[in-house]
Parts: sequence; structure tokens; C-alpha cells
Amino acid sequence: MNKIFLIMIEFFKTGLFAVGGGLATIPFLEEMSMKYGWFSMDMLSTMIAVSESTPGPIGVNMATYIGNVIGGPFTGVVTTLSLVAPSVIVILCVSRMLKQFQQSKLVQSVFYGLRPAVVGLIISACISIFAGTLLSENGLAGLNVLNCVLFAVLLYCYKKFKMNPILLIVLCAFLGIVLGL
Amino acid sequence: MKQYLEYYLTWFRIGLFTFGGGYAMLPMIEKEVIDRHHWTTEDDVMNYYAIAQCTPGVIAVNVATFVGYFQKGVLGALVCTLGVISPSILIITAIAGVLSSFSDLAIVQHALSGIRIAVCVLMSTSILKLFKKGVIDAGAGFIFAAVLALAVLSNLSTVVLVVASGVLGVVFSMIKAKTGGIRNE
Repeated sequence: MNKIFLIMIEFFKTGLFAVGGGLATIPFLEEMSMKYGWFSMDMLSTMIAVSESTPGPIGVNMATYIGNVIGGPFTGVVTTLSLVAPSVIVILCVSRMLKQFQQSKLVQSVFYGLRPAVVGLIISACISIFAGTLLSENGLAGLNVLNCVLFAVLLYCYKKFKMNPILLIVLCAFLGIVLGL
Repeated sequence: MKQYLEYYLTWFRIGLFTFGGGYAMLPMIEKEVIDRHHWTTEDDVMNYYAIAQCTPGVIAVNVATFVGYFQKGVLGALVCTLGVISPSILIITAIAGVLSSFSDLAIVQHALSGIRIAVCVLMSTSILKLFKKGVIDAGAGFIFAAVLALAVLSNLSTVVLVVASGVLGVVFSMIKAKTGGIRNE
């Protein structure tokens, strides 16, 4: 199949099934990485950082970034529009029956099931990101002690001082350079 | 025509000046769409947000589509949506280009390794927040555990897991309603 067509379908699918905002796209992106090898999980981690620290919706930023990595700026536009298309279609349908949709028992019970599922999916997708950062390079054998300590300290500070995500990312980039991570 | 340009530019500004997406956009939407242009009301925006979370896709895009649609129908919806995603496309395309040409430098490599820790911190806090909101009782806990186990251990596609958990949500809600009904009798 034509690659650009395949990319469009994959991102349309992501937009259609990623319920609950930008982070919900991560499990689909991980699946794409595994299935097609268009980008690596390391790259996905960088994309999350860039998407969180630049303006705009996270899901849109990730889609544009991946498109650029796969095939350049034009592909970036294609992936973004494909991700957004199902949203627009669904919202246009829902707009006509706004009240009914909001009060529907069926919709509420579907979401009762979807919300916990999305958490499970995101955790599963992030395991390789966490493992790549917190475990040492000889696989599951050991922890990367320095990274683990930094992670614990930063997590504590981030929550305690309600740090801005951008500040956290800049601080970590600086630490990475200074400590030669 | 002028009206559409104003829609586009307003949502472009909203996309340009909000970091983090989703709820982080709310103050900016309030300022631009409610206070400045009076295109909608506070109550309506809260409703759009509620529904945007219960529909697929990016939350900010869903809200933009809503506001645009109620202003000027389908065309209005498209213009607002394009406005809110345009800054992302421009900025990310620039960054992706720059990063890919500098990614071989040692200093960039070190910075990216550091940033990976930041990503772990950000993801941990986001996951915890979503967990608290989603895993509200035993039924939801079961769905969470089952989906997590299947996603890690099996080759089932994400779409299958999403659809199955939606169905399970309906089944569990029906069971809850039934047992609740017996207790009432």
C-alpha cells in the first residue's frame, strides 16, 4: 500500500480511538512504532518532551512531529490533519444533539469503562520509555542508579513546588549536559 | 470573509499561547472567545469541555470545532479548528527540522538524555491524575488491570482493547443498576 495512505489511515484511527486528550494517543503511537518502525521509542520520548514544552495541543504536536520524522514537513501536515479529522466529524455529529449526548446513560457507561482502560494503555505504552531511562543498558539486570535518584528527587520537587513542565524540561536538559548523562 | 479571518486568527492565538493543551487552554479560551468576542458563554464552554473529554480526539480541537460550529456552521468549525492547529504545525515543523540536524552533537545527546527523565516525571504525574479520575471503584479497577495486563502481555491491538473496555463499561453499569435496583425493593 502507498505509504502516505497507510500513514493517513493510522493517524485517522488514532484520532478516532484515542479518547481523553493528547496523552491517550501515546499507546497508538507506540503500536505504530512497533508495527512499522517509522520511529523509535527513544524518539517518541523526545517527542513527548517537545510536545509538552511547545505551545498547542499535545496530541497535535505529537502528530506533526512524527509526520516530520517519517517524511518531512508535508507528511507532518498530513498526519496532523488525519489525526484531527475524526474529531471534527464526531463533534459535528454530536453538536446536533448536544443535550441528549451529554445526559445519555449509555455514553456515561461507555466512559466508565474507557477511562480506566486508557490509564492501563498509557502505562503499558510508557513501560519502554521508563525502562530505557531508569534501567541500565544491560537490560533488566540493573537499575541506572543516577537516573533513578534524579527521577525520584525531581518527581518530589515537581509535585511539592508545583513546577512548570517547561522549567522541569529545561532543568533536566541542563542536568543532562552538566552530568554528561 | 473578514469574520472567518477573525475566527482563524483568534484560534491561532489560542493555539500559540497555551502550553500543555486540554485544560491549560481554558483561561486563554475564556479571555479570547468569551470576554473579547462574546462568541459563547462560560456555561457553554464548560459543556463543550465535558463533551470534548467524552469524544475521541484532541480536547482543544474538539472545543474549537464546537465554538466554530455554533457560530457559523460546518465552515466555521473547520476555520476554528485549522486556526488552533496551525501554530503547532509551524512550530513543531521548525523544531523537528532543527533537532534532526543537531541530534548528532554530543551536547544535544546529553540534553535529550536528561530530558528523558523529565518525561518520566511528567508521565508519572499525568498517569496518577488519570488513574484517580478513572479507577473509581472495583469494576473500573478490574478493567484497568485487565487492559494493562493484556496490553503488556498480548498482541491484541489498542483499538480492540478500547472497544472491549467500552462494552465492559456498559455491562458493568447494567449490573450495578440491577443490583442497586434489588437493594431498593
